[in-house]
Amino acid sequence: MESNIKLRASKIDKLFPGVKALDKIDFAVRKGTVHVLCGENGAGKSTLMKIVNGIYRPDGGQLLIDEKPVRIQNPIQARNYGIAMIAQELNYVPEMSVEENLFLGRLPRNKWGSVDWKRVRRETLKLLEEENLPYTPDQKLKTLTVSDIQMLEILKAISNKADIIVMDEPTSAITQREVEVLFEKIAELKDRGVSIIYISHKLEEVFRIADDITVLRDGTVVETHPASELDMNRVIALMVGREMSDVYPKKEIALGETLLEVDNLCSSGVYKDISFRVNRGEIVGFAGLMGAGRTEVMRSLFGLDPHTSGMVKVGGRAVKIKRPRDSIVNNMVMLSEDRRRYGIIPIRSVMENASIASLEKVIYGGYAHAKKERKLVGEFFSRMSVKTPTLETPIQSLSGGNQQKVQLAKWMLQDPDIFIMDEPTRGIDVGAKFEIYKLMTELAQSGKGIVMVSSEMPELIGMCDCIYVMCKGRITGKLQREDFSQEAIMNYATGTN
Amino acid sequence: MQTKPSRRKGASIMEKYSIFLVLVVMFIICSLLNKNFLSAGNLTNIARQLAVGTILAYGAMLLIISGMIDLSAGSVLALAGVLSVSFYKAAGSLVGSLLVGVLVGVVCNLVNALMVTNFSLPPFIATLAMQTIARGIALLYTKGQNILQLGDFIVFGQGEVFGVPTPIIFLVIATVVIWYILRHTRFGRSLYAIGGNEEAAVASGINVILQKYKAFIVNGILVGVAGVLFMSRVNAGLPNGAIGYEMEGLTAAIVGGTSFSGGVGTTVGTLAGSFIIGCLNNIMNLTGVDSYVQQITKGAIIALAVIYDIKSKNRKTRKVILVEEAGTEKTKG
Repeated sequence: MESNIKLRASKIDKLFPGVKALDKIDFAVRKGTVHVLCGENGAGKSTLMKIVNGIYRPDGGQLLIDEKPVRIQNPIQARNYGIAMIAQELNYVPEMSVEENLFLGRLPRNKWGSVDWKRVRRETLKLLEEENLPYTPDQKLKTLTVSDIQMLEILKAISNKADIIVMDEPTSAITQREVEVLFEKIAELKDRGVSIIYISHKLEEVFRIADDITVLRDGTVVETHPASELDMNRVIALMVGREMSDVYPKKEIALGETLLEVDNLCSSGVYKDISFRVNRGEIVGFAGLMGAGRTEVMRSLFGLDPHTSGMVKVGGRAVKIKRPRDSIVNNMVMLSEDRRRYGIIPIRSVMENASIASLEKVIYGGYAHAKKERKLVGEFFSRMSVKTPTLETPIQSLSGGNQQKVQLAKWMLQDPDIFIMDEPTRGIDVGAKFEIYKLMTELAQSGKGIVMVSSEMPELIGMCDCIYVMCKGRITGKLQREDFSQEAIMNYATGTN
Repeated sequence: MQTKPSRRKGASIMEKYSIFLVLVVMFIICSLLNKNFLSAGNLTNIARQLAVGTILAYGAMLLIISGMIDLSAGSVLALAGVLSVSFYKAAGSLVGSLLVGVLVGVVCNLVNALMVTNFSLPPFIATLAMQTIARGIALLYTKGQNILQLGDFIVFGQGEVFGVPTPIIFLVIATVVIWYILRHTRFGRSLYAIGGNEEAAVASGINVILQKYKAFIVNGILVGVAGVLFMSRVNAGLPNGAIGYEMEGLTAAIVGGTSFSGGVGTTVGTLAGSFIIGCLNNIMNLTGVDSYVQQITKGAIIALAVIYDIKSKNRKTRKVILVEEAGTEKTKG
């Protein structure tokens, strides 16, 4: 009898010095299905997928494809076995063009042995046309948004004619509309008999596409069930080992005076007539699709990019913000969307990362007050439950969620009035997300104003008091809490109003 | 799933202090080859010889930490030195000539900073250009001739103050000042951030342009002082002197633990790095190694130092992946 299991992991062990990362993992993906892997950071999902993709080799157990044992020594062998992987961290070369990136590692050769660029161009153009993508094959990746690049990665893996595609957080940087495109593609792939392993923290999405769900915790498989037998609460409970209620800790807070007033902010060619205000205790959301211009608006407010006209008032006073320091001095800070690029200083310690925006608090009077720095940062870290081995640990060693908390601590040390948070829970697991939501609520309770840019509609709906929706550089709609709905947001976001 | 804390700590201590271990080993080898190695006289000699190179290394270190580089150090040193000598011969003022040297160093480095910040030239290219330009100016000014008979100018490189050779005094002052800058000033802390991730530094409110100017200015002061020391040690104003000295500074900084990719480096490490290279030169001289072979060895050391730097970064990154996937000591809750 032919088994319908395409990929099987049988009693896989993986050891690192002093740590058992995977312990007797049993995992089977049925052909032509979507098998979702859930688990908190550190549960072992990425390690397991790296073994499937040939980046690591198992210390025990084996992998089987079509029930035949295989040894995958490196990613090229994995590719030859029909395995393609979309990594979570977008590794790309900014100077590379779209077509070079699409054919990375598999440039076709002509009969003289040199690269067949005509074919590369032809096939790239075909793909761009099929997918209705607005860029050209020779455009450099650095001109594309994070969103575009992630979509390209997805298309690359799909066009590779793989039988098994591993998708690691594929929707972390793309917007709702593209998520729908992705899900359509996944449906097409399933029809073609392709097996998909899908890793995600976004449980609403997971339940839309999953056929089977496996929950990992601390390197072991907790349970595997068909998706129809599970619901979100049960999965969360399995992931964290305990029940969790109140995904969004929203509290009723009386709003105070206006902290931030933006009037007709314009940046020619990017956004136009942006007007909104933020009051004490308020969480203002900004929704929209890729290219809507939300991040661009926030970067201008914070002084990272210039704007052409418009007025910004902080605490009732008109301010001219030309660079980040101006904004900070006016008690407004920003948590960047891309923490790897604009947030963390990877090799420096968590303590230094936390104090870097407040050096005047720890270095003054002619010397560095080391003890004071440890105490100040340590207090914030324990209040925010930042998990780090020591204060001297390089921040790159921490999980995404903890890195994000350090970023937040960095700004909280300044005790600003206004927090701009661009995608504050991107790429973070459920437990850490909840802690960030809690922190946001506490900040609002203590009288701060928060602007939250997010591509996750559930979190906007859960956390915000009002939501502005942007489309193609303009604000197309504003919704108050009582009128929140995904359809309403989507309508404004696509400009169908 | 916990990593054994003791094992992790042990490995990182090894890495942190490995440079001093190498220094100790070199000292041992040296003293075996030369009975008088550890005598006060010999050690003072070595320190005196190393002063110029180490002061240059401090400048190199500051720039590499902040993600930049200075290929013009040797040429600017020569220019500062000959102008300083020339000033002394004309005006007879020791203090004045030292200030002239420093001024020349600072002006050249201000131009470097302008090219790097306002014109966005990569520091490699900008300082490469300055390397040629400064050398050209020095040769033009001296008409290609060496300036001889320096008179009392030589007190900078060959004199003593209360029994301590003057170069060593300069070295000690430079060491203390650079250490202080890196450890106890906001400027120093910013340099690590800028080199570690410049965009994040900008987004954290650091005035990167201003700090880069400051870094070049400090470098300029150091190079100017080194120029004065150099000329007074060789007893002449040599427009063609110190060719390639920027590499000596770079090598000492990197051997001393300054990472080529920026964001990492210590004053004491660079000092140790300079001493290690000094000892190596000492050993090679004592054992009569051919001077051309010595040149080959010096080049090999630069390569080895950078390879070690890159490899240890890979090891650290792999450790990072392990910690991230295995989970750090998670406190429940």
